Amino acid sequence: MSERELLLGLDLPTWWFLVIGALFSGYAILDGFDLGAGGWHLFLNKEESRRIALNAVGPVWDGNEVWLVIGGGALFAAFPVMYATLFSALYIPVILFLAMLILRAISIEFRSKEPMAWWRRLWDVTYCCSSLALSFLLGVLLGNVLQGIPIDARGEFHGSWLEFLNPYALAVGLTTVALFLVHGALYLGLKTQGRLFAKMYLLVKRAIIFFILAFAIVTLYTLLYLPHLTDRFREEPALFVLPVIAFLAIANVPRLVSKKRFFWAFIFSAITVSMLLIVVATELYPVLLRSTLDPAFDITIDRAASSDRALRTMLWFVAIGTPLVLGYTFFVYRTFRGKVKMDEHSY
Amino acid sequence: MDVEVLARVQFAFTVAFHYIYPPLSIGLGLLMVVFEGFYLRTGEAVYERMAKFWTRIFALIFGIGVATGIVMEFEFGTNWATYSKYVGDVFGSALAAEGIFAFALESGFLGILLFGWNRVSRPVHFIATLGVWLGSMFSAIWIVVANSWQQTPAGYHIVGEGLEARAEITDFWAMVFNPSSVDRLTHVWIGAFLAGAFLVMSVHAWYLLKGRHTALSKKAFTIALAVATVSSLAQLVAGHSSAEGVAVNQPAKLAAMEGHYAADAPADLYLFGWVDPEGKRVMGPHLPGGTSLLLHGDPQAPVTGLDAFAPDDRPRQVNAVFQVYHLMVGIGMALIALTLLGSWLAWRGTLFDKRWLLRVFVPAVLLPQVANQAGWFTAEMGRQPWVVYGLLRTSDALSASVKAEQVLFSLVLFTLIYTLLLGLFLYLLNKKIVHGPDDGPPAADSPKRAQMMAAAPLKP
Repeated sequence: MSERELLLGLDLPTWWFLVIGALFSGYAILDGFDLGAGGWHLFLNKEESRRIALNAVGPVWDGNEVWLVIGGGALFAAFPVMYATLFSALYIPVILFLAMLILRAISIEFRSKEPMAWWRRLWDVTYCCSSLALSFLLGVLLGNVLQGIPIDARGEFHGSWLEFLNPYALAVGLTTVALFLVHGALYLGLKTQGRLFAKMYLLVKRAIIFFILAFAIVTLYTLLYLPHLTDRFREEPALFVLPVIAFLAIANVPRLVSKKRFFWAFIFSAITVSMLLIVVATELYPVLLRSTLDPAFDITIDRAASSDRALRTMLWFVAIGTPLVLGYTFFVYRTFRGKVKMDEHSY
Repeated sequence: MDVEVLARVQFAFTVAFHYIYPPLSIGLGLLMVVFEGFYLRTGEAVYERMAKFWTRIFALIFGIGVATGIVMEFEFGTNWATYSKYVGDVFGSALAAEGIFAFALESGFLGILLFGWNRVSRPVHFIATLGVWLGSMFSAIWIVVANSWQQTPAGYHIVGEGLEARAEITDFWAMVFNPSSVDRLTHVWIGAFLAGAFLVMSVHAWYLLKGRHTALSKKAFTIALAVATVSSLAQLVAGHSSAEGVAVNQPAKLAAMEGHYAADAPADLYLFGWVDPEGKRVMGPHLPGGTSLLLHGDPQAPVTGLDAFAPDDRPRQVNAVFQVYHLMVGIGMALIALTLLGSWLAWRGTLFDKRWLLRVFVPAVLLPQVANQAGWFTAEMGRQPWVVYGLLRTSDALSASVKAEQVLFSLVLFTLIYTLLLGLFLYLLNKKIVHGPDDGPPAADSPKRAQMMAAAPLKP
């Protein structure tokens, strides 16, 4: 492709790689905690606990999904080839993801609208299962991106429609579930008191063990079978500092939980989420989607990117939009800060 | 069935279902801003009850709108990969702008609108309501801009050839202000105001007939009637302007809308009718030269007909386009008649004595909904066989690797979920309406409020 315009020494596709990485990190950190909180839902036995847990995410889950909407729009606009190839190749998991998003949204909306036990039970199950399924599917999608998929020179998928269910993707899926469960438990601990708080205090430690096991499997698999992901780390050993920071951050969480410092524990699990995605980005760059058929068919950021003019225009959107979005996100979280308080407008 | 048919059915189904909700959010948002604005100005509890009641209904509508909207954003990639690659540079930026500038604003303030009544001051809550409404208005801007670019592409050039060809943006503002975007945006906004206002009128007409919440309902009905009257008249102007644009920019679509075949002859205006594509004529009552008169001020002026286009470049479903278009126009006229009559009676002070008219307003909530849907079907079916007018054919826009069975799977899945969703929506909407606005003035710190707060955790 022709010469790319540079901004502060980086070409525009690289800038957009960073922007989209930041958007998906933001999405993983924010929706990660409410998906994780949803994953614990059926572990809460009392009606009262379930309502408090639901209202802990009530005012913010919709705002958290905004990051997915912006991330998806940005991927479409900045890397249309990636957007088109990835979602058409992984048709079934993407469709299931969308279906689960709908079921989850309506279970949050509808659960507390009727008093019948069967009604609430139905939506509790839907909410919990869809939250877990969404976390899992996000991991499965990521696992497939990391491993690569069979695409030809034109980016057309040449595989069976069930190929997304491979061992690596399943392992990454489970790791994501575990990570979000940790993150969600910390959020619930932060937002609750009394018995629910005590419960989260116990559950978060088990979730961390689950995460460390799952993560160890993924790491081992990556080192053994996916050398293309570790090449950069071998060439540049200094980069090992990234996974080490991620590991230290997650190791710090149980220590802070023991001290009942849930806010800082939550911050450190957020750091873990973003550090792991930084590791992923480092492994991938400059390839967005690897072809398992031929390295020449890899979708690189340069091949996938829109024109410099489109990328430049949208950097303006980001420059103007980011302060606005951060402004009202901050305002909403400040308004609903502290432990959950129920009133007549609650779910 | 082939992939193209299935993918088109799936897209039409998911987008049509989605489009029940955003117009209601926009229209209801406007009325909530007005209700809360009155409350802020007058401090009268009746407006507070009105605003809170409609906020609860808004929450239901908005939630389903968001859930079904995210599907649309990803469906371009799953089912229309070739389209996505072709237009991403142009279309994608409008979609990204929608996310950053509109959806983030709506969703950010939604939490405060719904849950913030007791946490922020009245003016701050009003700003949150305004923010949500403006966000939904901005959202319409970018979505209509993106769609209008498909209808009347501008501000781009084509790079590459054959399978590698794609549109690249050359002028962002020319893309935003493409020849049809302003007309179509106005048309969509007003259609949304009508949807919201008729919902409010329908519910309050029902309360009036039942003798419930009478004082509140009279006020709310009157406000909504004013919005609906202005909107239905404005829609006549906006709709006409839109049709003039279609005549210039998409003559094949206009010809299909009126079932006009002769390549270069005056076109008639049909009240209703049936297109006979074999005989290339329309049967039905009509005004000879009427379309020519409306477009050019001269009943003898020639209008480009379908015969002027190669058979492959014409909309295939001419009769369907004709029918949905005439349905929309017919409803538009009915809305003008209904709102003018209502306004005249309101001015005379006898509106609320006319029970028969209130009975008409209860089911009339469906009219703007049907008209909005019919309008979009006209726009999208009339654009065929192109997905981007004159540039990319719908049949060339699909995902090459997606098989019919996969699309069938997703179509069945969405049909099941959306059916469930519609059922739940109607059930809960009905329940909220039957429950109605909270009675009495819940002044701050009144015993009633204290009681409600105490009972809150157990409240259904």
